[in-house]
Amino acid sequence: MAFFEGNKMTAGYGSGPDIISSCSINADRGEIVAILGPNGAGKSTAMKAMLGLLNLKSGSVLMDGKDISSLSPQDRVKAGISFVPQTRNVFADLTVRENLEVGAFLREDDVNKVIEDIYELFPILNEKKSQKVGELSGGQRQQVALGRALMIRPSVLMLDEPTAGVSPIVMDELFEHIIKVKETNVAIIMVEQNAKQALSISDRGYVLVTGENKFEGSGNELLNDPEVRRSFLGA
Amino acid sequence: MDFINAIIVLLNYTIIPALTYGSQLALGAIFVTLIYGILRFANFATGDMMSFGTMFAVLLTYYFQSLGINLGIFPTALITIPLATFMMILYMLSIDKFVFEYYRIKKSPPVQLAMVSVGVMFVTQAIIRIIIGPADRTFLDGEKFILKASEFKEITGLNEGLTIKSTQAITIVITMIAVSIMFWFLNKTKTGTSMRAYSDNEDLALLSGIDPKKVVLITWIIAGILATIGGVLYGLDKSYRPFVYFNNMLPIFAAAIVGGIGNPFGAFLGGYVIAFAEIFLTYAYKKFFTYILPEALEPNSMMQILSTDYKFAVSFSILVIVLLFRPSGIFKGKTL
Repeated sequence: MAFFEGNKMTAGYGSGPDIISSCSINADRGEIVAILGPNGAGKSTAMKAMLGLLNLKSGSVLMDGKDISSLSPQDRVKAGISFVPQTRNVFADLTVRENLEVGAFLREDDVNKVIEDIYELFPILNEKKSQKVGELSGGQRQQVALGRALMIRPSVLMLDEPTAGVSPIVMDELFEHIIKVKETNVAIIMVEQNAKQALSISDRGYVLVTGENKFEGSGNELLNDPEVRRSFLGA
Repeated sequence: MDFINAIIVLLNYTIIPALTYGSQLALGAIFVTLIYGILRFANFATGDMMSFGTMFAVLLTYYFQSLGINLGIFPTALITIPLATFMMILYMLSIDKFVFEYYRIKKSPPVQLAMVSVGVMFVTQAIIRIIIGPADRTFLDGEKFILKASEFKEITGLNEGLTIKSTQAITIVITMIAVSIMFWFLNKTKTGTSMRAYSDNEDLALLSGIDPKKVVLITWIIAGILATIGGVLYGLDKSYRPFVYFNNMLPIFAAAIVGGIGNPFGAFLGGYVIAFAEIFLTYAYKKFFTYILPEALEPNSMMQILSTDYKFAVSFSILVIVLLFRPSGIFKGKTL
């Protein structure tokens, strides 16, 4: 049994059709799990369902063995699940430091210690701490977004296309940061378009097609699976 | 000497009144901009809410006067502000609970909320009419002047007198204190930061665990304080005519938009921009030019750019020009 599990989740938006059906995804602490698949496969939807942004029609979400299916997104944040959305994932009008402080909104203790840890992980944020996030580059913003999400010291971190719209060099840098985060014993689930690169840093991966699990396996297995290569990796 | 006289004329008839009027507008404009930035609608009930709070200050002032309570040289109305503010906040919160909350939860578009606020405006006007009536009321007591024209002339030996009304000094001082406290709160406290975060990116604020109900509550509390203080200061300065506040909404909205809607500091400065523009463009400069120009060039007209009747046209023109050329406001950068 994994630390964070979504079991046989079926969900859709409002009364519309099911976007994911009987989809299962799980992740352990200290592990990067990638969710891949073509456009419209329900990758982000699966993630939103695990976050509670979407009501499940059936299935369940478990964390550390406890059923958290009925918790609101806010309560899941309190339970230690952090999320970095794909777009609008920073407070552009606030400074870097204020972004981190808002990320720690639920913490009652002294946040300075946590902020120092984040600065250690992302040194650029220390340099730019008094600057407004709206003035930073795309890669720096993604680091702010990651930093904000890490402020609650989550046990599960969900990333929705963390490298969307950044250059290949910045992408490599971000992946390095994500690996560093993983090493702090966090379970990381990410949705990615850059499938090859994502699999190369992931411990495991899921390939979704029309809302259902199609393939799963370790990063290397998927990278070398001829069918996965042909249909999703373009080679 | 003539030059100093000319400066005194300007100070007396334009700069000091504009600073006073600007402070009153600034408080209203911050109120508009806060509601817009956080609750995301243009509140057309702004003017009448200010009037509503002032009404309590007027009634309480009469009550305190009948009990013989006063503040000596200061207006009695100042001690009524906390209580009037409390009533104002209570009114705003009940309106929010029974009216705005429904549309907020339904996620209605901002224009629908704005129309709802027009309804709130009419109801508020009606309540004011029932409680206090439409009559003009003066509730200023205490010392009227800090500096009288005759005293000033005696001290300085100048031809022109400088008058500083106590309401002008009180308005400027109280505005500065209230606005400083508000900016300190928004920029330096955890709750203030969470409000700015909520205004910036609502979804992410929710994901960070910020409680939207608390943000809305604090917003109305700050709005209530600003509305009441602004309304009372205006009423003390000009006398309380309940429905004048409705007219003041045009310059108040103009100030908020000039400053960049959603940006409290912009709204604060915008208040002064509008006030100075209105007063500078409608002041008759004849006396001023008589002092600074040689006798031969002395003007024989009033030297007034616009009649004072056009004072609203000034704010309206500024509003239109800003919306056409700098729709995000003339001050760059920072929003709430």
